[in-house]
Amino acid sequence: MSLVFLLAIPFAGGIVAWVAARWSAAACRWVALASAVAGLGLAVGLWAQHYHMWGAAVPSRSIYVEPVPFFSELDVPWIPQAGIRLHLAADGLSLVMLMLTFVIVAVAVLASWRGVRRRAGLFHFMLLWAAASLAGVFMAFDLFLFYFFFELMLIPFFLLVVLWGHEGRRRAAIKFFIYTQAGGLLMLISIVGLYFIHGRQTGTYTFDYLQLVNSGISGWTGRLLMLGFFAAFAVKLPAVPLHGWLPDAHSQANTAGSVLLAGLLIKVGAYGFLRFLIPLFPQAASDIRYIAMGLGVAGILYGAVMAFSQTDLKRMVAYTSVSHMGFVLLGVFAWNQIALQGVILQIVCHAFSTGGLFILAGVLEERLGTRDIGGMGGLWARLSTLGGFGMFLVMAALGLPGLGNFVAESLILLGTFSVSRPAAIVGSLGLIVSTIYALWLVQRVFHGPGGESKPGTPARLAPREILMFVVAIVVLLWLGLYPQTLIRTTDAATGSLLRTAPAMQSPEPGSSATEAQP
Amino acid sequence: MQHVLWLIPFLPVLGFAVLVVFGHRMGRRTIAVIGAAPAGAAAAVAIATAVSFLVAPPATHAYDQVMWTWFRIGAFAPRIAFHLDPLSLVMTLVVTFVGFLILLYSTRFMRGDEGYRRFFAYMDLFIASMLILVLAGDFLFLLVGWEGVGLSSFLLIGFWYRERANGAAARKAFIVTRVGDTALLVGLLLIFTKLGTLDIQGAMAAAQSQWAQGAAVATAAALLLMGGAIGKSAQLPLQTWLPDAMAGPTPVSALIHAATMVTAGVYLIARTHVLFELSPTARLVVAVIGAATLLYAGVSALAQNDIKRALAYSTISQIGYMFLALGVAAWSAAVFHFLTHAFFKALLFLSAGLVIKAMDEEHDIRKMGGLRRDIPVVFRLFLIGAAALSALPLVTAGFFSKDLIVDLALTSVHGGVWLWLAGVVGALLTSLYSFRLVFLVFFGERRGSAPVATRFPRLVVWPMVALAAGSVVLGWIELPVHWHGWSLFTDFMASALPVPGIRAGGLLDAIAVTLIPAIVSVAGVYLAWVLFGRRRPAVAGSLVTRPGFRWLAGAALAGWGFDRLYHVALVRPFLWLAHHGQRDWIDRLVSGIAGPAAALGGLLRRTQDGRLRYYLAAAALGIVVFVAVGLLR
Repeated sequence: MSLVFLLAIPFAGGIVAWVAARWSAAACRWVALASAVAGLGLAVGLWAQHYHMWGAAVPSRSIYVEPVPFFSELDVPWIPQAGIRLHLAADGLSLVMLMLTFVIVAVAVLASWRGVRRRAGLFHFMLLWAAASLAGVFMAFDLFLFYFFFELMLIPFFLLVVLWGHEGRRRAAIKFFIYTQAGGLLMLISIVGLYFIHGRQTGTYTFDYLQLVNSGISGWTGRLLMLGFFAAFAVKLPAVPLHGWLPDAHSQANTAGSVLLAGLLIKVGAYGFLRFLIPLFPQAASDIRYIAMGLGVAGILYGAVMAFSQTDLKRMVAYTSVSHMGFVLLGVFAWNQIALQGVILQIVCHAFSTGGLFILAGVLEERLGTRDIGGMGGLWARLSTLGGFGMFLVMAALGLPGLGNFVAESLILLGTFSVSRPAAIVGSLGLIVSTIYALWLVQRVFHGPGGESKPGTPARLAPREILMFVVAIVVLLWLGLYPQTLIRTTDAATGSLLRTAPAMQSPEPGSSATEAQP
Repeated sequence: MQHVLWLIPFLPVLGFAVLVVFGHRMGRRTIAVIGAAPAGAAAAVAIATAVSFLVAPPATHAYDQVMWTWFRIGAFAPRIAFHLDPLSLVMTLVVTFVGFLILLYSTRFMRGDEGYRRFFAYMDLFIASMLILVLAGDFLFLLVGWEGVGLSSFLLIGFWYRERANGAAARKAFIVTRVGDTALLVGLLLIFTKLGTLDIQGAMAAAQSQWAQGAAVATAAALLLMGGAIGKSAQLPLQTWLPDAMAGPTPVSALIHAATMVTAGVYLIARTHVLFELSPTARLVVAVIGAATLLYAGVSALAQNDIKRALAYSTISQIGYMFLALGVAAWSAAVFHFLTHAFFKALLFLSAGLVIKAMDEEHDIRKMGGLRRDIPVVFRLFLIGAAALSALPLVTAGFFSKDLIVDLALTSVHGGVWLWLAGVVGALLTSLYSFRLVFLVFFGERRGSAPVATRFPRLVVWPMVALAAGSVVLGWIELPVHWHGWSLFTDFMASALPVPGIRAGGLLDAIAVTLIPAIVSVAGVYLAWVLFGRRRPAVAGSLVTRPGFRWLAGAALAGWGFDRLYHVALVRPFLWLAHHGQRDWIDRLVSGIAGPAAALGGLLRRTQDGRLRYYLAAAALGIVVFVAVGLLR
């Protein structure tokens, strides 16, 4: 039943935090932090318990036949008349996402420790509600249940932006709502369509993921159904040209909101591609493979150029997300083991590197009262510790070898290279443009003259703030120097995903070469 | 000794980490110790390793140490592993030993700087990265060092971060080298896709066995790796960042932008020489780039007025020689020149640093002159360095290493007359610009203000004396081919780097290749004396005032317009794009749907505004239409 607790803990914790805020805001914060940490502890426990399952022999016969790469914890009828079940399960991929969810939510609680004073109870309720619905998304193995959590997630995120955001929050929140809602509705149509077509073909009307996987619906029907999913996930990810909501929402949310959006919400798009879109419609996905890869490459370059041209620090960081998620789209559609492992690493590393940069922006805004890069400069002299953290995060963002993002991006490029050389080569140009915006950021903020003329010395970093940066640094170094822990966790999961979509099969880089050698 | 290989890069990493985390509580003395000691300790470990390597050579001609498997995805399992063969050993010794000397120098040289801790932290980071680069046994791990040196170079060029110009120079260095790095990364993608491994030795062995001589894939892989090499080593056409990199503190210029990091490209090509042996095209490209660069930079060095920029162009030119050697398959000759160059160029930069300090941060050689009498120690050291750079016969190390390259450019089976000629002309240019500096700075009349400092502490001078000693004696380990003496260096490298085939030549050839470069370099010194020493104002002045020469001098001073070209062709369009794209046109296009949607919504809203007469009118109209349709059918 532990997967149910992963839903229950944050939800109950949220209510307790809301109630506790009546007595003291501090109690509310501590309750929220404790629930996030408890959720993390549970997820880590599950991970440790199942770690041995994934590294060893990978199941060979069909997709989800014993020995399973995932474990099913709860599978009971919900609305049996419609074939809807409460099916919660997790494999290595799900567990990675779950652990990430609770870490990021804990960081978000820390990030708003001082910043959020207004309606603190509601705020923390929203944070944990978001955590619970995200956890649901990552565990749902029933399409209806998945859609339920997918939409449930929208409410806390919308409110986080609209209630605690910056000056332009209303417009940003509405834009965000319309984009995601439009995508979500198209996906709903596809889910229902898939349900009926599959039901008519096989006689069993069901939303169960494991039965719908590789449904064999091809032709234009399959493509249209697939496009519904594509719309929803491409908006979330976001893929160019559907990224318009992201810079607004990310820059207008408060620090915790931005961290949550960048660290988790957009990862739902990546997860959706991996778990649902391609396994459900392998044939249709392979039809649009090169278009999607093209969009990925476009996102990499476009996001990076846009990031360079921004003057608002948070907007700039937001556009770097567009660029980094371009790599995810590229890797997903390369669809081989190396690329998929790269995608998962990118999901995790981006959450910490970009989350860290949003925290940096928040810390600076608290001290300087501005997000305008032009108003900064010369901060190294006064905030050298923060400068060091900023330097580290920026280097992670540009893919410095030794840090996690490098491993992720080079795996993606490696996986892509054997599928489409032009995509890999043009995508690697993103490394140059990312260097440009990354150096620009660090130099405009921390270097240059102007540090002395401004009055007063900004407050030193609090231990709480240092802790957040240290968490990001430790994770990024760890994944940069020994990502095997993560790769082993998701080895069986990616293996089985690959087997669900034989139509998408692509050459595994280097494998032909090794076969050639006796 | 192979179990302590990891210590060599780890010690500087430790120094870096300690300085970063605890350095703010330390005094300058402690910082100096923690900053410099790791390099010294690493040098000690490296020397011990070298001794054991020489005394009891391992059967495989290399020490290997695997730390851990980085990750494993199917057949792809890159490792964090060290590989030490003669090539790595020479590189490691130079990096640790020269690095340590320069750090010793810096402990006093940088004493007055507010960023003392930062300086040593970055220098340790650099040395660690460079050691990872030369010791890595896996291409992917090599990239850690490769980009790490880029990062530390960026940090150190922009060390005085308050000046915007320094920041721009730092940014330029990182971005331009990153262009090359991207080519390198694509090359690695190709190598892995084709050969199934990124283990350097494994990939090279696989390439040798699987790829035919002259295969297109070998050429592609070699050229892509070369792209990375020319970026890091500041060869044409990616050389533009190095002169600007002189914005950093002088010890940085000495260590990173002269002695070690900029030769990483030479190392990479030597390390992957198998690919270049498979591809005559790639080798020819390397040779031509080397020859072109050495001439280009030699002429540019002649026109510079900033003493450090002149030395920077000289570095580009000397690395051009190394590339020339690589291009004619004279692998060990390139590494030999790297070895001697590291000593004399570091010496020149450190001397230049003292000259600049003596002149109160004045870089312009036109405002110096006559310093021979004020700072005689620096004069002598600089003279030794300049003599070695000019390759004056017999008394300098530079003679032996450069002579070997010029010789092989002709006599190697892959060489040719034109390449040889470029080497000879380059030799003339080298001694001309080296002694132009000597004469303008140390001879003649004082043209600027009086020196502000004339005595330097021992900790500054002694490391330079050690470098000077190296600049004089190191050459004797390898005598010119035609002397039929010993060739210790080539023999030692033979297990890692094959010896090029030599074209048979007569006695006349032998005399030609040995004597001509020597004569030319001495002639260059004499010419420099005539132009800049003896009657300096008259001749040099009249030369520059002639219209053709003035244009030439201006072009050479500006590095022949590469910066301008890149600015117009690349930087400006990019900025234009960024500026005009700031408002995200794609987003505006997609969000533009909101406008028509709102209009449509407004139109539909009109139909339900609650006014009864419109409803009735619409109903009546509807009835009329239906009836009409029904009647007309």
